[in-house]
Amino acid sequence: MWRPRIVAFFCKWCAGAAAEVAGVSRMHYDPSVIPIIVPCTGRVSPEMVMHAFLNGADGVLIGGCHTPNDCHYIAGNFKAFKRIYMLRKLLQQAGIEPERLRIEWISATEAVKLVRVVNEFSETIRRLGPLGGKHA
Amino acid sequence: MRLGVFVCHCGVNIAGTVNVKKVVEEALKMPGVVHAEDYIYLCSQPGQELIAKAIKEKSLDGVVVAACAPSLHYETFAKVVEGAGLSRYRYEMVSIRELDSWVHIDKEAATDKAIRIIAAAVAKLAGDRHYDMIKMNVVKKLLVIGGGIAGITAALTAARMGIPVVLVEKSPTIGGKMAMLSETFPTLDCAQCILTPLMAEVARHPLIKIYTLAEVEDVTGSVGNFRVRIRVRPRGVKVEDCRLCGFCERVCPVQVPNEFNRGLNKRKAIYIPFPQAIPSAYAVDFEHCTKCGLCLKVCPTKAIDLEMRSEVIEDVVGAIVIATGYDLYPGSKVSEYRYGIQNDVIDSLQFERILSVQGPTRGEMRRPSDGRPIKRIVFIQCVGSRDVNHLPYCSKVCCMYTAKHALLFKERVPDGEAYVFYIDVRASGKGFEEFVKRAQEEAGVQYIKGRVSRIYKDRVTGDVVVEGFDLLLNREIVIKADLVVLALGMVPAIDRGLVEKLKIAVDQYMFVSEVHPKLRPVETAVPGVFVAGAAQGPKDIPESIAQSMAAAAKAAELLLRGYIEKEPIIAEVDRDRCNGCRICISICPYDAIELSEGRAVVNEAKCEGCGACTAACPVGAIQLRNYRNEQALKMIEAVLTVR
Repeated sequence: MWRPRIVAFFCKWCAGAAAEVAGVSRMHYDPSVIPIIVPCTGRVSPEMVMHAFLNGADGVLIGGCHTPNDCHYIAGNFKAFKRIYMLRKLLQQAGIEPERLRIEWISATEAVKLVRVVNEFSETIRRLGPLGGKHA
Repeated sequence: MRLGVFVCHCGVNIAGTVNVKKVVEEALKMPGVVHAEDYIYLCSQPGQELIAKAIKEKSLDGVVVAACAPSLHYETFAKVVEGAGLSRYRYEMVSIRELDSWVHIDKEAATDKAIRIIAAAVAKLAGDRHYDMIKMNVVKKLLVIGGGIAGITAALTAARMGIPVVLVEKSPTIGGKMAMLSETFPTLDCAQCILTPLMAEVARHPLIKIYTLAEVEDVTGSVGNFRVRIRVRPRGVKVEDCRLCGFCERVCPVQVPNEFNRGLNKRKAIYIPFPQAIPSAYAVDFEHCTKCGLCLKVCPTKAIDLEMRSEVIEDVVGAIVIATGYDLYPGSKVSEYRYGIQNDVIDSLQFERILSVQGPTRGEMRRPSDGRPIKRIVFIQCVGSRDVNHLPYCSKVCCMYTAKHALLFKERVPDGEAYVFYIDVRASGKGFEEFVKRAQEEAGVQYIKGRVSRIYKDRVTGDVVVEGFDLLLNREIVIKADLVVLALGMVPAIDRGLVEKLKIAVDQYMFVSEVHPKLRPVETAVPGVFVAGAAQGPKDIPESIAQSMAAAAKAAELLLRGYIEKEPIIAEVDRDRCNGCRICISICPYDAIELSEGRAVVNEAKCEGCGACTAACPVGAIQLRNYRNEQALKMIEAVLTVR
C-alpha cells in the first residue's frame, strides 16, 4: 500500500515537546509523518518547504507554539504563519493543493492535539494521493 | 568525514518495535558513516564506554546517538563524546523512542521512520562545526518575587551564602499566608512563633533589601543580566521614623474590612497588618484614606506623609526566584455552599484567624454572625478542588489542615462536636496519617464520607443547616451547626502580566511550569528564573521551604560562579555575502543585529539562536550555526530520499 511521505517541522519547545509527551503517554499515530526538530518555526524558510516538495514530500506539516505569547523566541510563530500563508497561495498558483501544507499551534502539553493533527493531516494527504503521482 | 551511528534498544522500548539491526544496516549506507552499531542500553556505563571506544578506535569525527528524547540524555552522551576528545557540536541525538517506537505499532513503518530520522541527523552532522562556548558575566544579585514563607526562605538561603537579595512583596508586610495561620500540622507548633524570627532575620540582614507595596513592572535582558523595574507604591509612613505607637490608628475615622483577618473585622485606613509586620511600620491605605489629616496631628515623630508618591526602582540582577504563592479559590463560585451570603459559612483561612489569639475573637470560638459560642462545627473538604466544574486537581493540604482545625476546635471546646465531610482523606506525609487518626480517635472528630448537597439558615435558631449524604451508611444526614468551614482549593496568585513579563511557561491553571517535573523541579523554561512554593503547585509549608532552598541553591550555583557559558549556537554573518539590506535587523526579536560598515553584525550576548534571520536572509549571508541553510536542505533530502 502507498504510504505518503510527510515531513513535519516541529519546534523543539512546543510541538516537539508535545511529540515527546505523546510518546511518554504511549499515544498512537500515523507513522508516515517524519519529524525534523527545528529550534523555532521561525527558522523554517520557504525554501525548506519547497525543497521538501521538490524532493518527493506529499505533504509538509509545521507545528509551533501558540500565538500570541507562547513562542520561546517571542514571535517566530508569527513569522512562520506569514510565510506559510504566502506559500499556500504560491502552491495554488503552481497547481499544488494548498492543503498539502499545514501549520498548527501545539503547546508542549497538547499531546492529544498533536496526535489529532498528525492523523488528520496524514488522512488528508492519503485522500489527495501522491504529489505528481511520483510514488504511486 | 568519519561518522558513527549508535542505535539504542532501550531494552524492548525501542527494539520491541524498531528493527534495530536493519537500522544499523541502513545507517552504514549513509554518506560519511563508517561505523554503526546497536546496544541494549547506550546510557549504561558499558553503553557509554562502547561509544567512547568506537570514537577512538575508528577515529570518528562525528557521532549520532539514536535513543530516547534528547531532553533526557543529550547531556549524558555529550559528556561521553567530549570525554573521547570530540566536540559536543560534532554529536547529534535523535529520539526514536518518544517520537517513534512508543507511538507506532506497525514495526515495518516504525523501522522505516527510525531510518529516516537518523538519516536527517547524519545529514545535519555532516555540516556541524565546533564552536567555543560564549562566556558572559553574571551580576551577583538575586531578585525574589513574593515575601511569603517561600520568598523569605529563598532570600535568606541566598543571603546566607553572601548573595545580595532584592525581595519584592505586594502587600505592606512580608510573611504571606503563613502569618495568618494559627498552628501548623502535624506538629501543632504556632505559625507566628516559627515565622516571625525568620521575618526579623530578613529585616536585619545587611544583604537583603526589602521592597513592600511593590511589584515588578518590567523585566528585560536574560540570565546573568536581568534589568528589572520595580514600582513601589507609597506607604504614607516613613519606615525609619515610625515608632508603632498607634496614635494614628486610634484617631483615624475610616473603617474598612481587615484583609489580614479576611474581613472578619475592621481596620483603619492607617494600619499595621499585625504587630510583628516587617517592615515594622504603619501604612496608609490610600484607596480609602480621606486625607482628613487627623493622623498627621497626633504622630509624635512626624512619620506620616500623605503626599508620598510611588517610586520606580531600577536594578540589575543575575537570577530571579518566583515565590508568588497562592490564593484560595473564590468561595462565592461554589454557590451551593452560600459562602459570602451566610456569615457563618467561612473559609479555612478565616477559621485560622478565629483560632488565632491575635485574631478577631482573640482565639475564642465565637461565630462571626452574632458572636455566639461555637458548639457544633462542620468542615467541608474539597470545596472547588477535585471538582470538574471548578478545579480538577487536588489542593493537597486541605485534608491535613482540616484535621488540624477539627483537632484545635476540640481542644478549645471539649464538649463541642466537629464533623468533617470528605471524599477521600489524603494524608501521605511524615506523621500525617497518625495526625488524622489522632483527630478521629483521640479527639472524636466525626468523619463523614460524602458530599454536602445544601446549606441554609434556620431562621428561628440562626443555625446553619447542612444537608449531606453519608456514603458509608448510605443515608441522608442533616446537621444543625453553628459554623461551617469550607476547605477551599488553592489557586496560583501570580498574575498574567508577570507571567508575560518573565516569559515563563505556566500550566492551564497558571501554576508555573518547571523544566522537568522530576529532574529539574525548580527551574522554569527561562534560564535564570526559578520557582518556589505554591506558585508551582499546591504545597504545604515544609515542601515550600525545601523547594525555596533548592531554588536559592540553583540560583547560587549560577550567581557564585560569576559567569555563564552560553551556547554558541547563534547566528553568524558572512560579511562577503551580506549586502546590508537590513531585513534581518527588522526580523530579529532580540535587537541582536546591527549594521556596521554596511554589513550586519550579530551581538553574541543578545542572540538567542532562533534562526528567524536565517530563514529571511535573501542572500544566505546570515546563518544560524549548525542549522545552516545547506544543512536544513540536506536533512530534508535525507528524510525523503534515504531509501
